[in-house]
Amino acid sequence: MITTVVKVKLPVNESLEIKKMRLEPEVKSCDKRISIVTGIHGDELEGQYVCYQLSDYLQKNIGLLKGTVDIYPALNPFGIDSITRGIPAFDLDMNRIFPGSSEGDMNEYLASQIIRDVAGSSLVLDIHASNIFLTEVPQIRINELHEKTLIPFAEEANVDFIWVHGASTVLESTFAHSLNTMGTPTLVVEMGVGMRITKEYGNQLFKGILHLMHRMGIWSGEDPEVRKPEKSFDHKDVCFLNASASGIFLKNAVHGAYVKKSEQIGAIVDPLSGTVIDEIKSPVDGWLFTIREYPVVNEGSLIGRILYD
Amino acid sequence: MTEKTLFEIKALYRDDFRVTGFSFGEGEKAACIVGSMRGNENQQMYCCSQLVRKLKELEEKGKIKNGKEILVIPCVNPYSMNIKKRFWSIDNTDINRMFPGYQEGETTQRIAGGVFDAIKDYVYGLQFASFYMPGRFVPHIRIMKTGFEDVELAKKFGFPYVILHTPRPFDTTTLNYNWQIWETKAFSIYTTTTEEIDRTSARWAVESVLGFLQRMGIIEYGGAAGYVSKVASTEEMITVRNRTAGFFEGKVSAGEHVRKGQILACIVDCCKGQIVDEIYSPAEGTLLFAHAEPKAYQNTAVYKIIPETEEW
Repeated sequence: MITTVVKVKLPVNESLEIKKMRLEPEVKSCDKRISIVTGIHGDELEGQYVCYQLSDYLQKNIGLLKGTVDIYPALNPFGIDSITRGIPAFDLDMNRIFPGSSEGDMNEYLASQIIRDVAGSSLVLDIHASNIFLTEVPQIRINELHEKTLIPFAEEANVDFIWVHGASTVLESTFAHSLNTMGTPTLVVEMGVGMRITKEYGNQLFKGILHLMHRMGIWSGEDPEVRKPEKSFDHKDVCFLNASASGIFLKNAVHGAYVKKSEQIGAIVDPLSGTVIDEIKSPVDGWLFTIREYPVVNEGSLIGRILYD
Repeated sequence: MTEKTLFEIKALYRDDFRVTGFSFGEGEKAACIVGSMRGNENQQMYCCSQLVRKLKELEEKGKIKNGKEILVIPCVNPYSMNIKKRFWSIDNTDINRMFPGYQEGETTQRIAGGVFDAIKDYVYGLQFASFYMPGRFVPHIRIMKTGFEDVELAKKFGFPYVILHTPRPFDTTTLNYNWQIWETKAFSIYTTTTEEIDRTSARWAVESVLGFLQRMGIIEYGGAAGYVSKVASTEEMITVRNRTAGFFEGKVSAGEHVRKGQILACIVDCCKGQIVDEIYSPAEGTLLFAHAEPKAYQNTAVYKIIPETEEW
């Protein structure tokens, strides 16, 4: 059943509505609820495919569902519609306004109503797609404050990588942090690249969600096998590659490959002078789990991340 | 006056990105004044440009005190100013969410880091700031409650109001917050506008800054005494919101004193032209902020009132 989570009237002949699909059997034998959420950033579309796959598959196999599945494909519908990462007209990152306020402005009000609706889920997956600049292998990022609760879920999600990062004050206003602080376990999934859909990654996560649902007792159908993810508990085992100069980045290495020390990742070139400004070489042996997709770089732009061998 | 490049990076097709500072006097790093960090902060840059002009004149007359140095940075982000984009040209990040910066990090982290290295040791740090909401302010000084704030010092600018603000999570990466943590006495100066240049409030702000520098023993200046500032916190302020979206017809302006029950604005249906909401003042006070866009979304903070009784 499709329902409206929150609706506000806009100035000119339109309303802004955030909707969800609730799937549940006629008779529930499991009280648990899993919520699949995406589209906080309007330029991240990988979650659209996962939501579609899940909604389609579960509706066709509704008899095997034991608990509740809520699918929220577009928390920032204006952003998705206008290819805008933040909230259009406000130049505001939606993932910096949670938990919102029911007495606040329109965006704070929307955020508060989303939280009210999602809170209490047994598990939430907040699906992101990096941004338009970087491609990521399917991974789950966890704030160290919530490590103990979330890692057991993350290990079953069929992702390639779990990255536990340090607490940061700035991240306290994210959707996931707000829910985790309220006691609703929320996993942040990052995969693929902005403005594109990578079916391979989407199918991988779809299987992970089915497996999680099976383990939670929400689903009695197919229980796919899941892969064992790499884990990093510290930034010290992740090597960041930043552009040494501005130019056009040409990628050589394959995303997700294991690279050797001194192996060429790519080059920064100057098309005007026809010269190579810098060759980007791996400083370590390791796994290239992030690679730059967008060719234009400024000095300092992130080129890639490598997990030390 | 010494003009110096505080930070630069090379670009592929554009001129080099340069943050330029103008320095007056020599000696102790007494005061640093920062203007625009975002591409739409014309008023903030304009104020700094007027300060550069005035300080140059004062320096030529020998009015900068011996052993004191003042640095003015009119613009931290010329790239965004020149293409009329609010945030960073490629990735839309906000330099004022990157402090204290990181010189090995991403581009805007490097800019913030490079600039912060050049300005973190000043005794006083003044930033001409802007608000993300479209509207007009009564000029005021804003300081964050970090435990290092100095309210009495803020009053020395002679602005009508000093506003105390409790930092939210994202405030911890602003210049003002980090200046305070690094023990610079930091103040944000809000004039009336952001994109539009308001020469009157700019002049007021410039005079206030020069008055402050005079009171701190950094320059000799015979400007106006200014106001006896009232202190208010953001928690005390009353936010007035419209219940319905539509065209916004404001009846009062920032700075006006309003009575409880006075009509402040009407909301007009964008298609049918009829009044769909009337906004009345819930209390007596002074309007610190007034919305200034043709349309208003539902529940927008269209006015902010400092509750107070008018004294004659």
